[in-house]
Amino acid sequence: MNKPPRASDLGLIACEGCDLVVRQPPNNEEGFCPRCDEPLRRRKHDSLTRSWAFLIAAALLYIPANMLPIMHTQQLLERYDSTILSGVALLWHNGAYDLAIIVFIASIFVPIMKIISLAVLLIATQRGSHWRLRERTRIYRIVDYVGHWSMLDVFVVVLLLTLVQFGGLALVQPLPGVMAFGAVVVLTMLASMSFDPRLMWDAPAPHADANANPETRAANQAASEAGIHAAAAAQP
Amino acid sequence: MAEASWVICKFCDSVYQRAPLARREIARCSQCGAELYSARRASIDAMLALTIASAFAFVVANLFPIALLEAQGRSNEANLWQAIVDSLDSGAAPIGALAAMTVFFFPLAQICLFAYVLSALRMHHIPPGFRLVMHSLRQMHPWAMVEVFMLGVLVAVVKLKDVASVTPLIGTWGFAALTLLLTLLNSCDLNELWDRADRIKAAGA
Repeated sequence: MNKPPRASDLGLIACEGCDLVVRQPPNNEEGFCPRCDEPLRRRKHDSLTRSWAFLIAAALLYIPANMLPIMHTQQLLERYDSTILSGVALLWHNGAYDLAIIVFIASIFVPIMKIISLAVLLIATQRGSHWRLRERTRIYRIVDYVGHWSMLDVFVVVLLLTLVQFGGLALVQPLPGVMAFGAVVVLTMLASMSFDPRLMWDAPAPHADANANPETRAANQAASEAGIHAAAAAQP
Repeated sequence: MAEASWVICKFCDSVYQRAPLARREIARCSQCGAELYSARRASIDAMLALTIASAFAFVVANLFPIALLEAQGRSNEANLWQAIVDSLDSGAAPIGALAAMTVFFFPLAQICLFAYVLSALRMHHIPPGFRLVMHSLRQMHPWAMVEVFMLGVLVAVVKLKDVASVTPLIGTWGFAALTLLLTLLNSCDLNELWDRADRIKAAGA
């Protein structure tokens, strides 16, 4: 099966606000979607710069988020501060293996994998790499989908500190680590939202750079307009 | 207009012609494998029903306490709003604000805005501020985290089990229902609403 044409080659834009397919305004003029009034952009605004900025901030805060304790627990004479990792260890120790695994994945594995994956995607995109585009796009979809699940530990602290309030007997208090952790989750979400996966596919083909010349580009446009494929249907 | 029958992949910018799908079929991009559109589009009526059910679940989830904790002859119970207020008063106010936004305000706003646009569209009328509401719904979606909070309730209950006796109360069931209903509602395609508005406009013109 031959490749479907790309919207940017046909001078088409999918509106970010409502998915309407519209013609790109001529001469790079600023246009607005006729249906939802959103400014028409070929690609997300300043995608790579913004994504890097959020990602670097997230990576820096990842260190205090994991090193600093997230809450203080007081039970009679016992007092201890727990970090994200020690919270997982405690669940495991108590025999709640399933939840220990869920919390480990949501709080430790997902944030670090998100940071690494986004960094790899950003670097590969900036280098104009053609390496495994399909897999890279899939990784981006997964990163974008799992992002908010890492907020789990923040909610657990919020619940514990309100439920465990027995004066001198037992008490739970939040510690600065939980704020750093919450910030990491928000920042990685912003980083993945800012990244535009279409930029990966914009890398010029290693050979035959036909689109560089505006005249051939117009010719290609007419040719591919005739050959827009019917969307392939697949069973779920 | 030919453009109306085209669809552009959001992930790789490939253009396709929309083709009719059989029930339960999903159109996928042949380049990157992402979903383009699917046949399981909910109707306006179904979405409105989900919205109303979510509103009830939201009230139950927030009015009733989530869990009861008993230790050394003392007991303590809390609902979401108390948890938010306690976090705001604690040394980590930002997490209280985060919980308030993601578990209370955004889900509440989603329910109200969906009810507003869906009920108007159902009566063949485009409500004032339709575009603004639609943009808000789209942007709010990733920041509404009721399902994550629900998992947090489970983790908190298990963590407390060996320290004290914990009983999940009605609020927990409210959150379980709200999780299910809001997930279904948010999986609906907003394009259905844009298309309906287009048809109403075309009929009126």
